[in-house]
Parts: sequence; structure tokens; C-alpha cells
Amino acid sequence: MAIGADQVTAIARLARLHIDASEVAGYGAQLSRILDLVAEMDRVDTDGVEPLAHPLEVVARLRPDVVTEPDRRGVLQQGAPAVEDGYYLVPKFIE
Amino acid sequence: MASGFPSTVAALAAGLERGDFSSVELTEHYLARIRALNPELNCYITVCEDGARAQARAADERRAMGEAGVLTGIPYANKDIFCTAGVRTSCGSRMLDNFVPPYTATAVERLHEAGMVMLGKANMDEFAMGSSNETSFYGPARNPWRPDCVPGGSSGGSAAAVAARLAPAATGTDTGGSIRQPASFCGVSGLKPTYGRVSRWGMIAFASSLDQGGPMALTAEDLALLLGAMSGFDSRDSTSVDCVPEDFSRLLGAPLAGLKLGLPKEFLDGRLAPELGATLEEARRVYESLGAECREISLPNSGLAIPAYYIVASAECSSNLSRYDGVRFGHRCDQPADLLDLYTRSRAEGFGAEVKRRILVGTYALSAGYYEAYYGKAQKLRRLIQRDFQAAFGEVDAILGPTSPSVAFGLGQKTDDPVSMYLADIYTTAVNLAGLPGLSIPAGFVDGLPVGMQLIGNYFDEARLLGIAHRFQQATDWHRRVPALADKV
Repeated sequence: MAIGADQVTAIARLARLHIDASEVAGYGAQLSRILDLVAEMDRVDTDGVEPLAHPLEVVARLRPDVVTEPDRRGVLQQGAPAVEDGYYLVPKFIE
Repeated sequence: MASGFPSTVAALAAGLERGDFSSVELTEHYLARIRALNPELNCYITVCEDGARAQARAADERRAMGEAGVLTGIPYANKDIFCTAGVRTSCGSRMLDNFVPPYTATAVERLHEAGMVMLGKANMDEFAMGSSNETSFYGPARNPWRPDCVPGGSSGGSAAAVAARLAPAATGTDTGGSIRQPASFCGVSGLKPTYGRVSRWGMIAFASSLDQGGPMALTAEDLALLLGAMSGFDSRDSTSVDCVPEDFSRLLGAPLAGLKLGLPKEFLDGRLAPELGATLEEARRVYESLGAECREISLPNSGLAIPAYYIVASAECSSNLSRYDGVRFGHRCDQPADLLDLYTRSRAEGFGAEVKRRILVGTYALSAGYYEAYYGKAQKLRRLIQRDFQAAFGEVDAILGPTSPSVAFGLGQKTDDPVSMYLADIYTTAVNLAGLPGLSIPAGFVDGLPVGMQLIGNYFDEARLLGIAHRFQQATDWHRRVPALADKV
């Protein structure tokens, strides 16, 4: 399966990943090759087979609806690139 | 070794208990070895000299008070995917080069409660995506048996550190073979437990329905000790399995008479190098001489494990890695023009080529109109693969096969072709898709490089699997071989 330049650009946009124009063709070729490998999946008829999402098919556990975590905002924000008054700072995006 | 210290965890524990040496002395011994050999082998991304000394002193004090357990005072290495409070946890990526976690992974917390001493953080493929350690932002770890060869991956630093005696044990994680394949390439023992056995909390996520942490060491006996300490229910991991704590060493002495071992015919096809087939045949003879009955079995859909794995793993990785946005932690690009530029450029600068490829494949597979054809299809194959294993375990007690189709390959040999690299995991990924426990132990050498063999068990059957591996190690000495380079110091 061939992935063209437009598709690489579209996928990269969905993935929020900047790709230099010079890299697009290379990624296209590599993705095409990986999808060729993946196409082997079609050799087997899986009609009527129930998908397996999780090996042990565990269901989500429930717990009482009470607060279990203390507020550690200050500690958790120590690794942030930019914070102010407990908020994460990003470039202005609303005029 | 010339130092007089034994190499295995069990022997070191006995030495500490007898008072032959202290944990501080033992820790200094390993730190000195790391200083001597790590510049060449690059097993550690971060060495924690001060932290290790403090933990060793605490372990010796605990022993003096009569409160030591079997692992108290034993040094080890943590794969740099496990979060360690106050110690940089890079996951082998530029993205997390500056990341110092505010908390410690449950599995690590448990090893430290047992009194173990963390020597440092082991090198790995970036975000555990790779089979050679070459995708690490910090450069590849090298194979102690031949430094121009890869140690395997993704837990390559852990495997190389144990093989070079730069740690008697290490943690690893295994999403598609990342504990077993490097164990095989470096001539050490490694166990991927049943999915849900070891808490994933604080273990940086790659593909959440496949990821499982586990121990790496020189012997199956040591793996049993480490698994006992690091496993167990954790309410903070939503897929942690709540099972009764068990002694994983309890079947180490169990006789193998009457044991049924299955050899999947699909694992012995043309893709397995002939010399490795011969090694496996020899292992089969060892097991037969120990009273086991070996028979051929079939895992008809195992050939589809690689394509199904690369869809499931890439899809889940694209979702998990969306959290690295340059806003809350990790790498942020300089001077972002706007919010979109902040996201896209931080991610482009922070991630390496293999991680980007998988994010792109996963994003494509999950995008509108393609979900059923890729992720849906892969999940159906996953069901078929699981059924194959369950049918096999109706006939046999455990499965014996190769770990990898080849011995360690040369650095740079496969970096230009991602697909050829993926095929290094051809015998390991099916085990992750099914969520089964599997281990790799040394079974021979080809061209001076170690060959591993894989044992696969049914769900929660780790104790028996370790017993089967231990019997082999009592009858052979492959796991006692030491790389020449490690003997130099």
C-alpha cells in the first residue's frame, strides 16, 4: 500500500507532529513498507471473530466516589516548562 | 570474578546474610565496575552513586537490626522507563531528558521496600520502541560479548548491565519481546510475567494492553526472587490482577518427569537460523533426559502476530504519546509562534525517527474510515492467537521455542530498514498479544554470541515456568559463562 505525500502530511497533522518537507517522501516510503507488512493480516478470514481488546478481559474496577489523591499541584508542576499562579502557560491563542 | 563477590542474587543474598560482606561494600564494588566499563558499554543513562550508597547504608542498618529480607542490600538497575522520584527518568528520549518524576513506580517502590539498592537507570530504546537499543537518544548500549553488536532491545541496557556484571539484576519491560530478546542476545535470563501481574503504575506507557514489567538476572532462581518482590495487586493500575501472593521459588526443585513440553512447528521454519535450530534441538534433548516429554504442537496463527502487534502497539502508542505536548512536562521548543507550533515542533524535536514512525502508523490506523480494517482486524487476530495458545495448553504444560530468529546483529545493520528490525520479535510478540508469561534463558552460543531459548506458560503459571527453567540451568552451564570484557575488571 502506497502512502503519498499528501497522506503523510495529513497524518502528521492529525498526530500534531511537524515533519520537514524534505522528510515527507522518506516517511511515505517507510509507512508504505510497514503497511505492506500489516496487510498480511488480510490473509485470514476473521468474520464473526470477537475482537480481543485486553488479554485477560478484565472489566474496570469500581470504587467508592471519594477523593483519594491529595492536591500536589505544586510538586507536579515543578517539571513544567512555564507556569504562573498554578496555571500552565502557552502562547496566546485567542485574540 | 576476581573480586571474590559471587554473581547471582541468591549467592549475594547468602553472602550478606552470613556477613561475608556488607551492602555498602557490595554496592561500591558494582559502582567501581560501572565506572570502569560503562564508558564502553553505555548500559546506564544515569548512575546514582550517592543514592545507592545511602540505600546500601540503610540496608546494612536494617540487617543489623535483624529486619533484613532476602533482597535487602542487593544492588540492581532500573530500566529508565520506571519513574523514580527525584531521579531523572528519560525513557531513552530527548522528550524526557529533563524529566524528574515527582513519584516512584509501584514495582520500584516494592523493590525498595524489600531493601534493594538502585545503582542507576538503564539504557533503552526510545519509549521502548526498538529491538536493538539503537533508538536511544543517549546512544546504544553495547553487547558485552561483542561491543560492535547490539544488546537487543528495548531493555538492552538492563540486559547488557547484567551480562557485564554491572548489576546482578535489573528491571525490564516487555511489550513485544523487550525483556526476552535482549536477555537472549546478552546471555542472561529474563521473565515477562502474565499481563496484570506487575503494576504498570509509574511505568511510562507505550502500548498499555501489552506492556508488562519484569525481572532480568543471571538465573531463573534469581528471577523468582525478584518477581516475588515486584509483583502484586495495585489499585492504582486499572488492569492489575488481584491474585493471592505466591512464592515463585516453590517449584524450583520440582522434578520434570511427565512434564509435557510443546515445540510449535511454526517457530521452527526457515526464518530461524539453522545453528539456532540446532541449539534448540540440543535443549530439547536436555529436557528429555530430565524426564520431560517433548512433542510438536501447532500455533497456526502465530505468523500473523507481527502484523497484528505492529498495529495494536502503534495505535496504542499514538494515543499514549499524545500526552507529550510541550505544555505540562518534557521538552518544549524555543519561541513557539502559536499553540499549534508549540505542539508540533516540541514533538518533532523531542521524538526520534522510530517513535515518529510508530505515531504516524498508529494515527493512520486509528483515523476515521480505517479503524475497522486495522485496529479492529488486529484485535480479531489477537483473539485467534489467544485461542491457539489455549488449545496448545490443553495438550502441553509449557511451550519451548526460540526467543529470536538470530543471535545479536551488528550495530547499524538493521537501522535503515524498520521492517527487518521488527522481524527480530517474530517469536515473542504473540505472547504479549495473548498476555501470557514467557521467559528467555541462555541455551548455547553461536559464533561467540549467546543464544536464548523461550519458555511460554499458561496464565499465572510463572512458578512452574521458573521451575522448568531452573532444572535446565542445573543441567547446563550456559548461564554461567562470563563475557571476556566483564572479566577484565
